Amino acid sequence: MNDRTGLELLAPAPRAEKPDAPAKTRVSIGYIGQSVPRAGARRLLQGRGSYTDDLKLPRLAHVVFFRSPYAHARIRKLDLTIAARQPGVLAAFDGRAIAEYCTPWVAVLAHLKGIKSPPQHAVAIERACWQGEAVAAIVAESRAQGEDALAHVEAEWEELPVVTDMDDALSNRSVIHPELGDNICFKRDFVTEGFEDAFAKADVVVEETYGFGRHTGVTLEGRAIVADYNAGEHSLTVYQATQAPHMMQDIFSRHLNIPEANVRVICKDVGGSYGIKVHVYPDEMATAAISVMLRRPVKFIADRLESFLTDIHAREHKVKVRLACMTDGRIIGFDLDDLTSIGPYSVYPRTSGIEGNQVVNLTGGPYAHKNYRAKLNVVFTNKNVTCQYRAVGHPIAVAITEAIVDLAAQKLGIDPAEFRRRNLIPDDAYPYTFPSGLKFEQLSHHQCLDKLLELMDYKGLRAEQKRLREKKVYRGIGLAAMIEVTNPSPAFYGVGGARISAQDGATVRLEPTGMVTCLVSVTEQGQGTEAIFQQICATAVGVSIDKVRVITGDTGTTPYGGGTWASRGAGIGGEALLQAGKALRANILELAAAVLNVDKNALDVSADAVRDKATGEAKLPLAEVGRIGYFRPDTLPLKFQAELTVTRHYTPREYGFTFTNGIQASYVELDPDTGFVKLLRHWCVEDCGTVINPMLVDEQIRGGVVQGLGGAMLEECLYSDEGQLLNGSLADYLVPMSGDTPDIVVAHISTPTRQSELGAKGVGEAGTAGAPGAVMNAINDALVPFGKRVTVQPFTPERILKALGKI
Amino acid sequence: MKAPAFAYAKPRTLKEALALLGRHDENARLLAGGQSLIASLNMRLASPSLLIDLNALPGLDGIELRGRKLVIGALARHRALERSELVAQHAPLLAQAAPHIAHVAIRNAGTIGGSLAMADPAAEWPACCVALEATIVAASAKGKRRIPAAQFFKSLYTTALAPNEIITAVEVPLADKHSRSAFLELVRRRGDYAIVGIAAVARRSRAALSRLRLVYLGVGDAPVPATNAMAALEGKRATPEAIAAAQAVLEQDLAPPADLYHSAAAKLHLARVLLGRAVAALAL
Amino acid sequence: MDEFFDATITVNGKPVMRRVEPRQHLIDFLREELGLTGSHCGCEHGACGACTVRVDGEIRRGCLMLAVQAHGRSVDTVEGLTDNGELSALQQAFHERNALQCGFCTPGMLLTAQELVATCPDATREEIREFMSGNLCRCTGYQAIVDAIEEVIATQRKGASG
Repeated sequence: MNDRTGLELLAPAPRAEKPDAPAKTRVSIGYIGQSVPRAGARRLLQGRGSYTDDLKLPRLAHVVFFRSPYAHARIRKLDLTIAARQPGVLAAFDGRAIAEYCTPWVAVLAHLKGIKSPPQHAVAIERACWQGEAVAAIVAESRAQGEDALAHVEAEWEELPVVTDMDDALSNRSVIHPELGDNICFKRDFVTEGFEDAFAKADVVVEETYGFGRHTGVTLEGRAIVADYNAGEHSLTVYQATQAPHMMQDIFSRHLNIPEANVRVICKDVGGSYGIKVHVYPDEMATAAISVMLRRPVKFIADRLESFLTDIHAREHKVKVRLACMTDGRIIGFDLDDLTSIGPYSVYPRTSGIEGNQVVNLTGGPYAHKNYRAKLNVVFTNKNVTCQYRAVGHPIAVAITEAIVDLAAQKLGIDPAEFRRRNLIPDDAYPYTFPSGLKFEQLSHHQCLDKLLELMDYKGLRAEQKRLREKKVYRGIGLAAMIEVTNPSPAFYGVGGARISAQDGATVRLEPTGMVTCLVSVTEQGQGTEAIFQQICATAVGVSIDKVRVITGDTGTTPYGGGTWASRGAGIGGEALLQAGKALRANILELAAAVLNVDKNALDVSADAVRDKATGEAKLPLAEVGRIGYFRPDTLPLKFQAELTVTRHYTPREYGFTFTNGIQASYVELDPDTGFVKLLRHWCVEDCGTVINPMLVDEQIRGGVVQGLGGAMLEECLYSDEGQLLNGSLADYLVPMSGDTPDIVVAHISTPTRQSELGAKGVGEAGTAGAPGAVMNAINDALVPFGKRVTVQPFTPERILKALGKI
Repeated sequence: MKAPAFAYAKPRTLKEALALLGRHDENARLLAGGQSLIASLNMRLASPSLLIDLNALPGLDGIELRGRKLVIGALARHRALERSELVAQHAPLLAQAAPHIAHVAIRNAGTIGGSLAMADPAAEWPACCVALEATIVAASAKGKRRIPAAQFFKSLYTTALAPNEIITAVEVPLADKHSRSAFLELVRRRGDYAIVGIAAVARRSRAALSRLRLVYLGVGDAPVPATNAMAALEGKRATPEAIAAAQAVLEQDLAPPADLYHSAAAKLHLARVLLGRAVAALAL
Repeated sequence: MDEFFDATITVNGKPVMRRVEPRQHLIDFLREELGLTGSHCGCEHGACGACTVRVDGEIRRGCLMLAVQAHGRSVDTVEGLTDNGELSALQQAFHERNALQCGFCTPGMLLTAQELVATCPDATREEIREFMSGNLCRCTGYQAIVDAIEEVIATQRKGASG
């Protein structure tokens, strides 16, 4: 621990008062824009939440998995006879047995041209391709008995060549799946016209290669599933900690051959996800298959050691980047060559090609430029599988963009903030089409930059930095501008053939007592989805917020939809709910007009009653509307049928992705003797359009920032050359703790999207997208007096000491 | 991660505990705080047939002055040492080290006896005991044995304890008005095991340091006294030159192996940095 | 080797008698035997703090304690400390500041925070961050948690001096 506090000269962070909605929030009425505390948080605070592992069902069995100790090995012998006879064991299955009930999958998408992956089974047959891959399942009356039985599995292995290094994988020295021909899962080449010429004509070209360590999400609740097959009706109910219950419903149905409507997926409270729980895991599919095979409920909870071995990893990249610019600071273009390694399979159904694809799509994002070349190679290795984890690709794209921009600024002798000012896409240049083809509706880079520099007192910090350098105290300031993909249309997955819904629906129902129940197809993992839905619904219908109940995460009761991913819950689910609520309000007014015998346009709903629009006088409490509509429709006009339940759906259509923008800053102090970095403070100015609940949004940003800081400073999944995970526990894999995390100052600009009435864009991933870039730039800024740079994260003391030449 | 099955005994007297241990020694494990043992059981890294719970043994958790020694019972919790006035006054090095041990919930349960018996080279108490020239008191069916700390820690997780011995106390010489101590450790996060740490004591008289004991943790199989560095500073003032001279000979004392995150070179470098900071702290 | 022990444990103020298998840790006992699912298992090796409960008045890692070790002792969980009101100031502050998202770390956070508030009434923000370091959170980024605890300490200090 750095034994200097280093914070004496920094003013205390503004106390986190409940923030107000930013100016220009489009729907600043009712509860929209208010920092209402989450009603749904109360039970969690009392320990009265209900997570999947809390669930008990009659005859519940537990499954444990016998996992390959080798990174790559053929299964020569697998004998489960003795294990199957152990106390409490109900059954033991190998991959072939499970395959009779669960078909394999191949994770490719048509719009990722040329992507390839071999079929993957729920439990591996013949060969294990990463350390931790399940090759047998033991089902027992208790988890402990299952684990006892694992020791009695007899297995013999023939070790196969192991590929762990990404360059080695690319060289095809040893091809993991010979039938595929090489180790390339996906590659992409993109270049704009006239690229070579433009780069040749540039005044300055800077180049640097960046490395990003593989890391993972570490959800505090492990992956959790309880599958309950009812043989009497050939139906399957799955309680699963997943972000996308409808997607899982479709997948269980197709792979287990159970009619779709007979499959019901229910999400209970989810203890953190961040993308980890939106993917298909073979052991979870096996659990469902086993429930069918045994005709009883089966539970699987990934324990912490299993989580490190099998929860998706992400973000292992090596990227060579070049930036061309003129001496006046104008950026001419970007050039990148990205090599990224995944596991031995592309992950189903979203594929493991998306992260690299995002790096190609998003690098250079905030800056005006026409010239772009990108090369991507996604290679298989015998390490754990990888797939989308919070901010998917953005942390890399932002970090490499912002680092090379800082390098160029340094080379030209221009202040990094000023360099950005000269190149950020102007706020009035929209709509804007980006070299990689993406379209921006409306961003606010300059407003955000201005606000950030003011908020952090950039000038003051630079002066302080200068003063302290003379005292041999080395502080660094790093900026990172960013764009972020939110509210995606089918352009992300649907167009590639994936049965992943990009639309969502909301049903709103007036209860007889005047309460309102809403059922929405977007899901909750703690970010406050249900809370903002209460706010939106209450505002849309005209009731007080305590009258609203929200139900999510149940394919049996909510409309069909996509769930939570790519920061779409507020923007897409929220809009569907807003429209449904407004439609319900209109229907209530129809009924009230019939009861009161007045023109419905003279009425409105607010504060739990139908009121005279002009005077606000209450004419009919909603409880009366409910009573009459449900119990006394005989008192209504003959041809009038009350419709007090309304469903609406919403899909963003104009823009394939609704981009947001933001900018972050990191302020650090480097101890050049130890290589330790203290994170003093962090700032984020974010534009996510309409902010429904400022407090929830800011906390999402902070949580995202800290995950980004984790990847930048601490987190890395370390593998040996033999493909053994070396730090697969929370003692050895380091996640940020409260003692090492800085205060994070958040502010907003608001540019609502015009694609919806709500105007909300997404924000859940923004913090993670920009934090690593800001920190890398801050550390390199601190290193300026030493003339050194660091480019590989996490920025461990080892790497910093090496850069400084101390070791 | 469920522990494998084992039998459990909770003896009421030391004699009973020793008898159980004698009967089962190879397959039995002693349970004190359990903060390391139960974690390793949950991870199935150990599968003893019997757990002997020591927590009912009377009189082993005290912290008291006895003559010229501070006697700390083996079952004294880390948190108790952290908050003890006696420790703060008479063995300030221990008070300086205690807050570095893991986190409060762990310190409420973990014991000094358990920590010493476990002999993790990155743990705080072993290095402190070596620095303080403490004595570890071990009981067996044959009686008591006093083992100087310098001879107690043999190798990775290996001590001088015989299989049928139980630590009952640690005896620490008292600090006096010339005593100085400093405990520093480098960690990436609060409460982590040290990357490198140093337990430093010395006597200070008219700004000169003598009888320095500079003992490192996290640099080898066991706590490592930096004897050449200590000799280089003996009788000297803590000037930049003296410190640099001590840092220069440190590689004669330490050959730290690499760990998961740090090369051997980095560990040695960090050890040098800590030497300078610790000695400067002693001189204050 | 499958010996069972009769354990009498005072849980949330009420004595409970059960036969326990020695290898079962306290959290599994509370959750499986007693249905007190408010305490959570995040790692089962003492690193994450989600299992923090109170034993004889002090916070402990429930996953690093055997249920049989709790025989004759008193255990308080988030459910009990909610019902007796002891956590109410912290729960209120956490709620108002959204010092939780998924809630999985929250019971452990509250138990640890309560020990902090009770034993370190003058804790600074730095000291709060340090004390709470043993409880991991992946959702919030910690700041709101620290703010909430700071507020409770400040209110307590005002009450004490008033």
